[in-house]
Amino acid sequence: MIFLRKFHGLLIPLGAVISALAIGALIIAILGANPFEGYLKLLEGAFGDGDALADTAVRAMPILLVGVGICIAFRAQVINIGGEGQIVSGALLSTVVALNLPDLPAIIIIPIVVIAGIVGGGIWGAIPGALKAYMGVNEILSTIMLNIVAIQIMNYLLRAPLIDPVEIERGTRIPQTERLSESSDLPILIDGTRFHLGVIIALVAAIIGWLFLWRTTLGFKVRAVGHNANAANYAGMPVKKMTMLAMTYSGAMCGLAGTVLVFGSQSHRLITDGSSLGFTGSAGFNGIVAALFGGLHPLWTIPSSFLFGGLLVGANAMQRAIQIPSSLVVGLNGLVVIFVVCSTNIRERIQRMITISEETTQSDTFTRTRATNG
Amino acid sequence: MGEFFTISVLIATFASGVRLATPYLLAALGETLGQRSGVLNLGVDGVMLMGAFFGYWTVLETGSRLLGVLIGILVGLLMGVIYAIATLVFKADQGISGIGIFLFGLGFSELLFLEQVGTPRSIPSFEKLKIPLLGDIPKVGEILFNHTLIVYIAIALVPLLTWLINSTTFGLNVRSVGETPSAADSLGVNVNKIRTMTILAGNAMAGLAGAALTIQLGTFQNNITNGIGFIAVALVYFGGWKPGGVLAGSLLYGLLTAIITKWKTLGIVSGATASLTTMAPAVLTVIALAVIARRSTTTPTALTIPFSRGD
Repeated sequence: MIFLRKFHGLLIPLGAVISALAIGALIIAILGANPFEGYLKLLEGAFGDGDALADTAVRAMPILLVGVGICIAFRAQVINIGGEGQIVSGALLSTVVALNLPDLPAIIIIPIVVIAGIVGGGIWGAIPGALKAYMGVNEILSTIMLNIVAIQIMNYLLRAPLIDPVEIERGTRIPQTERLSESSDLPILIDGTRFHLGVIIALVAAIIGWLFLWRTTLGFKVRAVGHNANAANYAGMPVKKMTMLAMTYSGAMCGLAGTVLVFGSQSHRLITDGSSLGFTGSAGFNGIVAALFGGLHPLWTIPSSFLFGGLLVGANAMQRAIQIPSSLVVGLNGLVVIFVVCSTNIRERIQRMITISEETTQSDTFTRTRATNG
Repeated sequence: MGEFFTISVLIATFASGVRLATPYLLAALGETLGQRSGVLNLGVDGVMLMGAFFGYWTVLETGSRLLGVLIGILVGLLMGVIYAIATLVFKADQGISGIGIFLFGLGFSELLFLEQVGTPRSIPSFEKLKIPLLGDIPKVGEILFNHTLIVYIAIALVPLLTWLINSTTFGLNVRSVGETPSAADSLGVNVNKIRTMTILAGNAMAGLAGAALTIQLGTFQNNITNGIGFIAVALVYFGGWKPGGVLAGSLLYGLLTAIITKWKTLGIVSGATASLTTMAPAVLTVIALAVIARRSTTTPTALTIPFSRGD
């Protein structure tokens, strides 16, 4: 019982991921490949050596940033599914800013593009936030629609006004910008790997997110509104403003992820393949998975993002080794989400069970003491 | 622009608008039933993707479109079982579990397609079934009465569902469970049983919508729905939770898609500008949602709220 009481918060998400992986193993076996070999390659590919770890960290970074935003939004009871669109708008604004800046030293230009990304994503979060707070529009639907809008705006801009002039000259017309100024490249921190400044930015953002939620009055209000909007309103808290703030903060984190994805990319430019899933690598959705898995706690979202980043990196290694497409991991992520949200109920049942058993023990002691004294 | 406004092009565009509206309509009607009982299923897109893949695969292997459609419905039902267990037994958050279902469908439909089929091969599309007499009416006949069977079925479901919701005991139970589940419960209505039925029916219709989509197109590709399932959820709001309203919204979306496609093929919009027209339906949805939210007295009161007896 003590074991359950201490660790059920950790056991349940682990149970969720293990169940999902077990189902994945079953599917791999049905498709005629060896699941053990597959998972071994997946682990090696994700965490096997320094290079793999660096790749995992880089892959985890946008997931972590989105996840931190999701922690704040979901705690305010705002379901932000608009991560994809907010990543795109942050990436777009910071790219436009970078293209229009004169050549400045890195120490000036990087903070500018980072702020531009935060603003871009923040705007794309503020729109559904305002629609929800002041007009009662369901934020799930509006954010999904705004994803489509942002992606199509990007497709338009990259095909016409922002397209690399070289692409027009050559007639290839690949929808991408020209190479961004070299001083805006996020510096590589470990030589020979892809580990760049963006990873540190994401870690700092996670710590700030935690401080915001649990060490500031504003964060307390956001959580209070999410916990019970009526009670918060009665206590004089501005419910609508907090809803908007949570959505804007969440969008800003996604926008930052967009900036880091562009300026930390190997091609150092914004590029689209025209599809609805685009350059984000579904980070807008994977961030939700990671945040839920981390119990909507920004600091726990750090290891959980590394886990999911690792799964995505490892999935490619698995694909090469046993020819099982990496889209398996997307499907498994879906299962993890379902298991984790189902487990909230299980967790409550366990908690009730523990409380009841403790109460019985206490009352037992009480009766016994009375009996001896009496 | 001139070449668009000729009678023959306009008729063809309207006719394909009705055809393109079908997947939206089937999915949105299923979602309407669910939402009237207080369940917001956001996984429609994922269910459609699974229904589409299995429907496509069945037709590819057997050549039978009827079997493809039936398998699509069956897959939808199975997905519905997962969703019902998550939201009714474990009382999981409906919105987030819907996103889980979406990712599940997105990932596994792609995985199975790559594994079992690989490169897209075409399958036979539905055959047109001209309704006698009505189909011979000039212009109108071409737009409305010269379609495939699945289009007629989808449209016939509109009055059927209206009758089911408004005029049957089952419909009354569905509405009461969606408005005040505790009152329904105290009168002996089994809330979760009603919700299980609407979830299964709704998901079966989403599976059917997916199968209809892929057979209409005569092929399959990754993420073939491209968000149709999410728009279908929005269409339920748009249609004021009434099958008739949902029909109007679906036709509008079908027509909009048909016009955009026609403009692209005629070269009226090309290259970069085409991206801007592609986002028109999404922009329209956001505006429509904002307008509807202002006067949304019709929203089922218990929407998204899990039911448990006060124990």
